[in-house]
Amino acid sequence: MTDREVSSPAEMEERRCPYNYAMDELEDTAYRLSRDIIEMTTRAGSGHPSSSLSAIDIMTALYFGGIMCYKPDDPDWPDRDRFILSKGHGCPGLYAVLAEAGYFDAALLDTLREIESPLEGHPNKLVVPGVEASTGSLGQGLSIGLGHALAGKVDDRPYQVYVLIGDGEADQGQIWEAAMSAAKFQADNLTAILDYNKFQQSGPVREVMPTLEPLVDKWAAFGWDVREIDGHDMEIVMQALHDIRNIENQPQMIIAHTLKGRGLSPFEKNDVNRKHGVPLTEEEADTALEELREMKEVSAYAEAQFEPEITPEDRYGEI
Amino acid sequence: MDIGKSIGLDYGLPIRNAFGEALVEVGRENANLIVLDGDVGNSTRTNYFRDEFPDRFFNVGIAESNLIGVASGLAAAGKEVLAASFACFLLCNAYDQIRMSIAFPQENVKLVGSHSGISIGEDGPSQMGIEDIALASSLPNVTVVAPADEPSMRAATRAILEHEGPVYLRSGRPKVPIVYENGADFELGKANQLRDGGDVTIIAYGLMVAAALEAAAELADDGVEARVLDMHTVKPLDEEAVEQAARETGAVVTAEEHLLNGGMGSEVARVVAERHPVPMGFVGIRNTYAQSGEPQELLEMYGLMPTDIKDAVNRALSHK
Repeated sequence: MTDREVSSPAEMEERRCPYNYAMDELEDTAYRLSRDIIEMTTRAGSGHPSSSLSAIDIMTALYFGGIMCYKPDDPDWPDRDRFILSKGHGCPGLYAVLAEAGYFDAALLDTLREIESPLEGHPNKLVVPGVEASTGSLGQGLSIGLGHALAGKVDDRPYQVYVLIGDGEADQGQIWEAAMSAAKFQADNLTAILDYNKFQQSGPVREVMPTLEPLVDKWAAFGWDVREIDGHDMEIVMQALHDIRNIENQPQMIIAHTLKGRGLSPFEKNDVNRKHGVPLTEEEADTALEELREMKEVSAYAEAQFEPEITPEDRYGEI
Repeated sequence: MDIGKSIGLDYGLPIRNAFGEALVEVGRENANLIVLDGDVGNSTRTNYFRDEFPDRFFNVGIAESNLIGVASGLAAAGKEVLAASFACFLLCNAYDQIRMSIAFPQENVKLVGSHSGISIGEDGPSQMGIEDIALASSLPNVTVVAPADEPSMRAATRAILEHEGPVYLRSGRPKVPIVYENGADFELGKANQLRDGGDVTIIAYGLMVAAALEAAAELADDGVEARVLDMHTVKPLDEEAVEQAARETGAVVTAEEHLLNGGMGSEVARVVAERHPVPMGFVGIRNTYAQSGEPQELLEMYGLMPTDIKDAVNRALSHK
């Protein structure tokens, strides 16, 4: 962890950053939230645990590392930092984060996807406090984030807007419309994080859309400040989120290399459905939770392999 | 274009100009208003606003999807937002963005689509918004407004900006006849009765209101007294006025410069069928795209003239 303070104590007080965890607390939190993701989706019998797990370290850093300032008891506080989960199917992770942050009781996580529950299959801002945008139709969150960023400029408010997009989501033209216009408006209060977990719905990104690369060059060419990081190494994630604060007149893109399923073996089966949109069985969940515990003890996610071997079986399957 | 001339209607400004001027007036009173443009501000007339309030105007380029998303975010952050483009590009190109980023989360965004209908003329079918009312009306939480003339557009612009919630406002390119000579009494969701009659009711919006008034004058010469309603708010539809028309006049004809598929006529028909079935007729574009040509030629070719309304009335009356 960097020794640089994220915010001065006065700013912390003024802007009410509610959490400023040390590194070991952040890693422990990411572990617990990963556990929540597996448990709630297995209990619900549907959902996207692998897509949630790939982004959980990033979300943990944002919400609990002193990066984002917000008031769980006043979700509409005008000066709050914003987080928009553009890849809405990763919402089990967001719900776990929001419960941990205190927006609602963690017991609600047990009701994921149930008829009476506000925790729908994709996030609905009208019914879940802390959800900034109703997403699930891919490609739209970055534009919404840009709208928040422009409002912050017009009203001279101090907040930063963070938008998490998926790698497959970057197939959408709207992402690039938003990229181009954010740079035009010099929206330095807008940060995008691309959860580069290498799989989209029907197969690996390098098969479905090999020309998504070169990603760094693309975003740089669109006028963004770009950096590329290990999205599971908490120290590196935190460092990147600190470093972008110095960027002026440019929106920032953090391309975070991640693992769909965060390296847990039940998600690495030779079945593409394990990669996207299918929860673990109870038995698989037990395996994953056991591995998660071991992983936490040895901090193994820093050794993640970001280009897993793809077998032909990976490419097929039904969702 | 000669609609309304035979009954002495004067032609006012294009309603897009009236919209642009009214928007500036509201902008002077409301410092929280932001206007977004998809690089057609000189067509939609949002450039009037840009010239006076450059700090509250953003041109996101020719990118309607992003236009809608940015509007959504600004609204979510507490701004009052109006986004404008051509009716067809706004509704057709960015339909899913309007669905997911505006309608579903109920963001307080006003959408304005100019170049509606076939009366834009020579630019041809790629530029003609003839499905915008159907698309906008299909979205829950969205109010749909289509003013008839310059005075009612001024009133409508003010009314939608005072309304909390998503609205689609249909604007247009040509000069159109003025039906509200003394200014429009404009209440969202409440149809205006412009002429009373006991034999049939013609329900119209936009340019077709003037056409309906001309048809009604000609029908009167034949001894048929037609009521004319300006259904400027297509959604929520003034169902009471529709039911009353069916009960009191016994026949209803709708007229719109729009595809019949999913247009105002089909909504009126639903209300009539549910509440008080009577013979009906429908004037609109019949399941086809139009073409380039002069506005008058197109309105004649695609059956949107007063004489077409008259024919529809006579057919409906024959079923009474």
